[in-house]
Amino acid sequence: MRHLLSVESLSRGEIERILDRAQAFAEVGKRDIKKVPTLRGRTVVNLFYEASTRTSSSFELAAKRLSADLVSVKAAGSAIDKGESLKDTISTLSAYDPAIIVIRSPFAGAADLVARWTDAAVVNAGDGKHEHPSQALLDVFTLRQRLGTLEGVNIWIVGDVLHSRVARSCLIAFQAMGAEVTLCGPPTLIPRGIAEATGASVSHDIDGVAEADVVYALRMQQERMSESFVPSLREYAMRYQIDSRRLTPRQLLMHPGPVNRGVELSPEVIDSPQSLISAQVESGLVVRMAILYELHTGSDQPRTTGPEPVDTPPRIGQPA
Amino acid sequence: MTQKMLVSRGGEEADLVIRGARVFDPREGLDDARDLVVRGGEIAEVRDPGAEAPEGAEVVEAEGLLALPAFVDPHVHLRVPGQEYKEDLETGTRAAAAGGYCAVIAMANTTPPIDSASVLGSVRDQAERVASIPVGFVANVTRGMAGEELTEMAELRDEGAIAFSDDGLPIRSARVLRRALQYQQLAGGVIALHEEDPDLSGGGVMHEGEVSAVLGMEGVPAVSESTMIARDCALALYEDARIHVQHLSARASVEAIRSAKAAGVQVTCEASPHHLVLTDEEVRSLDARFKMNPPLRTEDDRQALIEGLRDGTIDCVATDHAPHASEEKEVPFEQAAMGVTGLETAFAVLHTELVVPGVLDLGTLVEKMTCGGEPFGIEAPRLGAGERANVVLIDPAAEWMVGEDGYESRSHNSCFAGREVTGRVQMTVADGRVAFRQRSFAMGVA
Repeated sequence: MRHLLSVESLSRGEIERILDRAQAFAEVGKRDIKKVPTLRGRTVVNLFYEASTRTSSSFELAAKRLSADLVSVKAAGSAIDKGESLKDTISTLSAYDPAIIVIRSPFAGAADLVARWTDAAVVNAGDGKHEHPSQALLDVFTLRQRLGTLEGVNIWIVGDVLHSRVARSCLIAFQAMGAEVTLCGPPTLIPRGIAEATGASVSHDIDGVAEADVVYALRMQQERMSESFVPSLREYAMRYQIDSRRLTPRQLLMHPGPVNRGVELSPEVIDSPQSLISAQVESGLVVRMAILYELHTGSDQPRTTGPEPVDTPPRIGQPA
Repeated sequence: MTQKMLVSRGGEEADLVIRGARVFDPREGLDDARDLVVRGGEIAEVRDPGAEAPEGAEVVEAEGLLALPAFVDPHVHLRVPGQEYKEDLETGTRAAAAGGYCAVIAMANTTPPIDSASVLGSVRDQAERVASIPVGFVANVTRGMAGEELTEMAELRDEGAIAFSDDGLPIRSARVLRRALQYQQLAGGVIALHEEDPDLSGGGVMHEGEVSAVLGMEGVPAVSESTMIARDCALALYEDARIHVQHLSARASVEAIRSAKAAGVQVTCEASPHHLVLTDEEVRSLDARFKMNPPLRTEDDRQALIEGLRDGTIDCVATDHAPHASEEKEVPFEQAAMGVTGLETAFAVLHTELVVPGVLDLGTLVEKMTCGGEPFGIEAPRLGAGERANVVLIDPAAEWMVGEDGYESRSHNSCFAGREVTGRVQMTVADGRVAFRQRSFAMGVA
């Protein structure tokens, strides 16, 4: 694997390989010393053009656990703020010879562009409303740990599918692993053509969620109401909130976070035994370690092997 | 009309004998190996091959080549004034000549827009100095393209505005468009319309459909275009006015035009090579070279456009040549500028994708590529004796890759870059002057 740009570009075999690697890191995490030397002397750049807590922190910690040198660049306060183009930013950061660039952007395809402009391996940490592959991989990992397999598992993704990169990546990943996926939400928040494009089922009626093995709720964003995607959060919650009435004890509950308590989820289900929300966060770290590991060891030109650079004679003007 | 509508820098009028080409002009009923004699910029004779060349005339050995009436593009963006880093009148007309065009009509969404006689006068003056082929300039329908107040259409017309358009933007207000259509009785000039409903288009960046659903990008639904076309055709009928609908992209739009024409609306329309050849599947690459407005739509829409060309619903091919600098395209898709270049590739692409596979016959393509000026009062060029010489020589078998030798346009945002195409323009005569010669195409002088 050269880059991780989308789930769509991954085969089931590649997904499983990352998950198996994550499993191994989960065991390392139980040790007293949690660091491994894989990325020692290598640089990882975390380039975030959008606010993020869990994704950026877990990529940071993952890089540190792999002993990498880490450079974190946030849009606010950087040259990006001063209007520097993505291309110029990448060429600047490439001067540090990073092994891996992790990028989050509000625009679809940003990671693909970065991959064209740099020799580093590129991880898409969310591009617009397109994809969020590391989230989907950690969700599959979480479910696999709990259920053993996703084969034949019935998963309902509920809420604002239209604006959700998590929904798109999870849909593809869950299907690739053999699950049956239904997308559920108000007609205004389900993208036209998604059923035909993906083979997922679409339902506007939450009552069918009773048949799901796993309920994956999406974050409902406040600003959607000003654009009249839904008349009010109140009406949305009445129709689509997952609460203890709708969630049965045999079902599992997931959410990518951050949760709007009382909107897409009622407070009691968040902390219920069916909830995998904290397990998802835990999985985030080991899965992202696995992603960085796989990109580093699986790249076309391995950087770890090969002789150390030989001494070159000092050039004029340089300290010997 | 006090000004002539097309302007160019002029130059030496050609004396040529184009020998042995397959002279093909459906309007003249010509399809045979002939010698085309051009004297003083006019077609003097179309005669059987083999006769002596007149003294002093350049002989162009054209056996195996196709001689067609040169093309007319009713929709290009030459970016003057204000955005000369994308294109100017010299590079834009050179690109047009390289594509076999003998005239183009330039849109007015410039910086500042062409909404006053002084701006119009200045671009026409420039064209008289640098344009290698004749250019007609459209002026805006509304001041500043704000969609609120009409421009001084009558004066603009006197100063040489070939037509009126706010292209780049729709005229949102039906009331404003209605006034413009009424005023057309005084000013003349067709009103060319970029049709989309801004409320339905929203922040859309591509066609709304299966591909946008998967990519998570906001879509422009086909009804954004077709509902506005239906509205404006109804207004044109009511006011007995003439409109020209630009760049059709959707099946519903073709159907709207078809029924408007059947109802007697004075409407003409155009389709672009990219909408006739490509679909939104291209956008899966997330490459901003495939971003334009209107967007690439589905295979079903593409088929409807081809049917429209065949049955006459669509009157002409227009490139909507829209040059942009590389830094405006080397950004994420949603941020990229809308538009693609098209002048240098239109014939080759349509010949390769529609004529060679037998989807469209050559005669229809030639008609549709030459008649684009008609809604604007410019007659299609013909290859008859006594006509002004507007001729394009094409090697129909030449295979080349788009972009391999660079472009004449200042900008390189071709959605066909890297494609293998068949058919290459070797020489263009525009308004009696040689406007373009392919570098590899050798000439001999008698």
